[in-house]
Amino acid sequence: MRTFYKIALAILVLILAASLVGCAKKAGPVTIHVLTMDQAGLKPAEIDQIARDFEAKNPDIKVVMEYVGYDFVHDKIVTGMAAKPPAYDAAMIDVIWPDEFIKAGYLLDVTKRVTAEMKSGIFPAAWNGVTRNGKIYGMPWLMDVKYFMYNKDILQQAGFTAPPKTWEELVDQAKVIKQKGLVEFPIIWSWPQKEGVVCDFTVLLFGNGGAFLDASGKPVFNNEKGVQVLTWMKKTIDDGLTNPSSVASDEPAVEADFLAGKSAYAVNWLFQFSDSNDASKSQIVGKVAFGAMPVFDAGAKAGIKGSSVDGSSSFAIMATTPYADQTWKFLTYLASNDVQIKFSAEMLPIWQGDFQGDSLAKLEAATPSNPITVPAFLGQFPFANERPTVSYYNEASMALQLAIQEALTGVKSPQQALDEAAAKWVQLAGK
Amino acid sequence: MAKILKSHPKRRLSLRQQDARTAWLLLIPSLVVILGVTLWPIISTFILSFLNAPTGINQARTFIGLDNYTTMLKDQTFWATIGRTLYFTVVSVGLELILGLVIAQLVNSHPWGWKFLRLSLIVPWAVPTIVNGAMWRWIYSADFGALNGLLMQLGLIKHYIPWLSLPNMAMPLVILADVWHTMPFVALILQAALANLPEELEEAAAVDGANAWQRFWQIRVPLLRPAILVALIARTVDAFRVFDIVYIITSGGPAFKTITITYLTYLNTFSYGKQGTGAALSFLISFFTLIMAFIYIRVLYRPEENQ
Repeated sequence: MRTFYKIALAILVLILAASLVGCAKKAGPVTIHVLTMDQAGLKPAEIDQIARDFEAKNPDIKVVMEYVGYDFVHDKIVTGMAAKPPAYDAAMIDVIWPDEFIKAGYLLDVTKRVTAEMKSGIFPAAWNGVTRNGKIYGMPWLMDVKYFMYNKDILQQAGFTAPPKTWEELVDQAKVIKQKGLVEFPIIWSWPQKEGVVCDFTVLLFGNGGAFLDASGKPVFNNEKGVQVLTWMKKTIDDGLTNPSSVASDEPAVEADFLAGKSAYAVNWLFQFSDSNDASKSQIVGKVAFGAMPVFDAGAKAGIKGSSVDGSSSFAIMATTPYADQTWKFLTYLASNDVQIKFSAEMLPIWQGDFQGDSLAKLEAATPSNPITVPAFLGQFPFANERPTVSYYNEASMALQLAIQEALTGVKSPQQALDEAAAKWVQLAGK
Repeated sequence: MAKILKSHPKRRLSLRQQDARTAWLLLIPSLVVILGVTLWPIISTFILSFLNAPTGINQARTFIGLDNYTTMLKDQTFWATIGRTLYFTVVSVGLELILGLVIAQLVNSHPWGWKFLRLSLIVPWAVPTIVNGAMWRWIYSADFGALNGLLMQLGLIKHYIPWLSLPNMAMPLVILADVWHTMPFVALILQAALANLPEELEEAAAVDGANAWQRFWQIRVPLLRPAILVALIARTVDAFRVFDIVYIITSGGPAFKTITITYLTYLNTFSYGKQGTGAALSFLISFFTLIMAFIYIRVLYRPEENQ
């Protein structure tokens, strides 16, 4: 037995020694882990290239990027923050998440790190997305809105020389396109049980003069304006104008359908346009154009000039990271003006100076698509509407997603479905 | 004193006792690890289920007793979700059992190429669930899916059908994907059991005039009962906790028609930041699962038949 105890003791000592070695601070570069989406904005290969360029300039920092679909990012952040230190040192945060994450204590206050040049140079709308009560919680990265895109060939064959200016006009055009048999379903949307359906509803709701909340914070999306919008959405499906698969299509699925030439119109983020000119993904290269996002007749008569939805995102440093300085260095590089201009084919810069004077010409010349996307951005972004900024947004959004889907699939009437969602919002606000 | 000590020498352990002691000493590290990664999370989650525990760092957690449980048990969404999950479980496990038994019988009858058939059974089961979900999502795709393509070519439909947009079709289609994926597990268990059944009983029954159907129901099925019990319990527990395939194919849509109880737990825990509610739901899932396992054992377990 003595021999056994000696062996056991020796094993224990070895394990302890190995553990201590593991605890020792590693020499060499610091590794930071960054989570982002593989959907809108830059492609993973482009961000990887930026990361490698950054590492070459900062040999003491190594960057490990992780890409997941947009719908997985929120929950990956939540689970990643359960670890100590966190699984990610920084993460992309959508414009609808800061309130929840600030309340949860996930985001580092970076107010003092933001320089005056950054503050004045980047669009105020981009800062608004990460600023709460005067404190800044992230570095703006992507300014995006939903755009209205159409297939020039199909409209031309149908005899239209311009895209529709109102949703009613779109329905008229779509009927002609369908009657002529150019496509079976002229319009494709992202109306699945995901955030995409709330984004599209936002576009339509504000374009009809509606809103989510009134001045007192009470839900009003179930009033006459909201019900009209949802009724219109359902009718376009019933009339065979909206592709019924919209109810299960997220934004990549919308893109796949539109770029296969199966739809005349699609509402989507900017990435769809850059992909439309990629022959490996698109059967309609060079045939896609932007139109101003239509509004409803009633909205136009009420003086509404345009309507879209803000889909901007930022990068935030996780509050518990031990590498805040290194991470901030990388994020500022990622958002730097030179980098953003270089990769502006996929994502337009957040720096407002790029859209003024001589810089505008430089920006438009930076990539072949910029002469088209820059004017589209300048025309659409001023009409970007915000979804509610509340800490319980995810649950509220899910209630609205359910309501819209129940109405679209005929499970409930638009009024009943929206009333139930509004009641849920009131309940959540009261907690 | 020295005399007393000498008269009571230290008791020597027998070789068997020494072996047992050594075995326990060697097992202790792994036992500590296993208890650490299984028992502690269960205890921790159980405690969490009695707290109002919003997600976040340094968030105040307050004891609310059974509120998380009572809130859920009074919630219509919870019961609708339980009903939907039971529907998924009963239909998918039922289909898996029937198809699994048929295929096991087929393989066991050793037709031409039966070894290849048995080997190919493993393929669907070996495909990761996430990959399986993505594959079926594409098969069901309205515009590009193989299902619509096949039905169009056969002339059975004139227009593409948006399968996953149809509230009454989404769940059956998820079930179909799940059956394709997990039925081989049931088939392999039953085939292994069939291969070990004594042939004499069936031969004797045949001599006594029993036809094939009677031999199947009166001899084979009773003898297969232990294997069926194992397959049923394993598959029911698994099916009741289904999450990943739903997440990938439908994300719970359309209109919540494919949200299952584990999906609801996931939403509460990670998307809505309600860890206490999520923990309570986890225990409710365990409770329902145990009830089902108990029912199976009471109905199917007959130890006297195995002796």
